[in-house]
Amino acid sequence: MSDNPVFDRIQSEIDGNAVVLFMKGNPMFPQCGFSAAITQALTMMEVKFKGIDVLADDEIRNGIKEFSSWPTIPQLYVKGEFVGGCDIVREMHESGELKKLLDDKGVEYAS
Amino acid sequence: MAMEAAEIERLIKEGLPDADVTINDLRGDGDHYAAQVVSAAFAGKSRVQQHQLVYQALQGRMGNELHALQLQTSAPDNT
Repeated sequence: MSDNPVFDRIQSEIDGNAVVLFMKGNPMFPQCGFSAAITQALTMMEVKFKGIDVLADDEIRNGIKEFSSWPTIPQLYVKGEFVGGCDIVREMHESGELKKLLDDKGVEYAS
Repeated sequence: MAMEAAEIERLIKEGLPDADVTINDLRGDGDHYAAQVVSAAFAGKSRVQQHQLVYQALQGRMGNELHALQLQTSAPDNT
């Protein structure tokens, strides 16, 4: 338990799901180009992930930025660890580091 | 709300005095920038930590006045 009840909600999401993307919109209909870019990378790799729409929840939208000391959305978490936003995930996807991370964390993907 | 490229560069250099900063205005609209930042402060840090240092230097402007800043960070080659 933390002082901030939103942090507990966020923590339980990233504890309960191997891959979580805090995003604008949902994986079917991303509402922002940066959220769409990460969704596309994960979908291409056939990674199962939970998308959490921050536009539908102002508490999460503000809380997640404090939770991770990260000012922007999207934010990707793998096995409870904050991986990064759009730029970092794109760089990691292109360099193959994202696959390595998923391997290390024991998360399944297709290619 | 938009920010001038020079102001972004000034703030980053204030927070990371040794930084080599290159800013591109991606769409010419004063709202979508890309920044390359090279600083010895990044040595041995993860990308997340490196970007957090830049966001700290921007003192809360990222995600507010500054809508989109693509970041590429690295330590100088000789460190």
